[in-house]
Amino acid sequence: MTADASSAGLRSRGLTARTLPRPVVAGAALAAVAVTFLLFAVTPLQGVADFLVAATVLAILTVTGLTLAVEGRRRAVDRLATSGALIALVLTLLPLGFTLGYTAYRGTKRLTGNFLTHSMAGVGPFSPNGGIYHAIVGTLEQVLIASLIAVPLGLLVAIYVTEYGRNAFGTAIRFLVDVMTGIPSIVAGLFVLAFWVLALHKGFSGFAGSIALAILELPIVVRSAEEMIRLVPAALREASYALGVPKWKTILRIVLPTAATGITTGVMLAIARVTGETAPVLLVVGNNFYINTNPMKGPQASLPLYIFQGAGSSSNLDVDRAWAAALTLILIVVVLYVAARLLTRRNSLRR
Amino acid sequence: MAKRIETVELSCFYGKTKAVDDVSIAIEPKSVTAFIGPSGCGKSTFLRALNRMHEVVPGARIEGQVLLDDEDIYAPEIDAAAVRRTIGMVFQRPNPFPTMSIYDNVAAGLRLNGLRRKSELDSAVERSLRSANLWDEVRSRLNKPGAGLSGGQQQRLCIARAIAVEPQVLLMDEPCSALDPISTLAIEDLIFELKDRYTIVIVTHNMQQAARVSDVTAFFTLRGPGEPGYLVEADTTQKIFTNPSEKRTEDYITGRFG
Repeated sequence: MTADASSAGLRSRGLTARTLPRPVVAGAALAAVAVTFLLFAVTPLQGVADFLVAATVLAILTVTGLTLAVEGRRRAVDRLATSGALIALVLTLLPLGFTLGYTAYRGTKRLTGNFLTHSMAGVGPFSPNGGIYHAIVGTLEQVLIASLIAVPLGLLVAIYVTEYGRNAFGTAIRFLVDVMTGIPSIVAGLFVLAFWVLALHKGFSGFAGSIALAILELPIVVRSAEEMIRLVPAALREASYALGVPKWKTILRIVLPTAATGITTGVMLAIARVTGETAPVLLVVGNNFYINTNPMKGPQASLPLYIFQGAGSSSNLDVDRAWAAALTLILIVVVLYVAARLLTRRNSLRR
Repeated sequence: MAKRIETVELSCFYGKTKAVDDVSIAIEPKSVTAFIGPSGCGKSTFLRALNRMHEVVPGARIEGQVLLDDEDIYAPEIDAAAVRRTIGMVFQRPNPFPTMSIYDNVAAGLRLNGLRRKSELDSAVERSLRSANLWDEVRSRLNKPGAGLSGGQQQRLCIARAIAVEPQVLLMDEPCSALDPISTLAIEDLIFELKDRYTIVIVTHNMQQAARVSDVTAFFTLRGPGEPGYLVEADTTQKIFTNPSEKRTEDYITGRFG
């Protein structure tokens, strides 16, 4: 049968469909926006947000109605669902865009080399100087120590739960990790305050903050690493066993490298999450205008705390510094994330 | 070099379910033995019990004995990993390690078992790839990922990986079922060549394949759905395909059931 004959056959069996050209669809949507504009001009309706909502709803209704009339029900539903998904996407990205954009806008005003390399030591209430070096040092040290505790521990727990914990104990651990995920950060902070800072008389220190952060970081690391290890196909484990490789070596050399990219992403998200934690550091790290590079002794500064105090200040100088600190915090997290992704990508092969 | 395998009243279980019932068979060295039979008759399970891969599945266990040159591989003092080094395995779907290059895939078994010297690894990799008839196709791209090869090449890579650790026996679980006819032919040629050095056991759904490559054929079936599989008979391939002793075998071979 030739192509012509077959298409003729399809046509004769009614397998044709009327379709709307793309420009018509776009035109209908634009017309709906124009009508909304007219409505807002002649009626008491007003406001940018109202206009956007009304225009969107009207445009979707017009396009869907038009599609229903010309192309039929199935295509109309398809258009409606596609529009819905698109709107959901925009609504999701808006807060992200505004947060990043506004922070960048407010933060760049004060973000200078001088700002990054000086502490708040001796900065008077009316001085536009001062910086966040002490807070950067504090945050990096606290998060580093917290991660040194939480990441190895979390990975080991994830390996146990996925590879060995097919028993009641493993199920119990998984449940406890879930519970741990739900611990509010202020509770973790209070626990460290009561136990470490007060009961054991250790006092405020960066390390106390690290303990609280590690408590929050651990379950996130466990959960994400667990998911990633589970994704490694059983066929790869079997291939390794079949070569006479013991289980522990299979985990170390086959399973973990295969899951490495995903695990790194999970670990980085966990680190990013605790880098911005304010409540625990507020309670147990204390505060310090001076540079304290020793996390084991004495109060330290940290970026979230710096932002918290600056944002609540009545001085515009403090507020500006807080915005710059917020931007710095975002940049630190982004840099860490990108660096980790590049590192794991170099290890895994590409097709 | 090649070793003989014998099972004595071997039954395989998944938890409480019996999958293979009471199989006694002898597999001669330097020969190809094919397991045929309908789906679910336990031939893959039985194959996996021969190198202690069966027990990798949680809850799986066996009863009876598997003897490798008269040594029980399920004896308590025997290390399962050592058994699997001696009895290698190739799986139904090609499963090269995705994070490794072609070279690293072949070297994986040796490296993970402690061999470090570059010169020894190099020669072992070349020897294995040559044995698997893959060397000429990949010699210029040994550092490229193994997952980038075609399906047939991947399966030959897996065979190369399996023989790199120099096993005595090679078990193949439907090694061609995911491959096209040309790749299948390449694998069958390979099996024919490897027969000189290894004891080979192959599970296949393809009866022509069993007739082409094997010296001995074992026919498995099951009495009904949910029943365990059992061995009907094992004999020379010639006899099984022309004049089997059992009626059930003849019915299966001639396509009257299964």
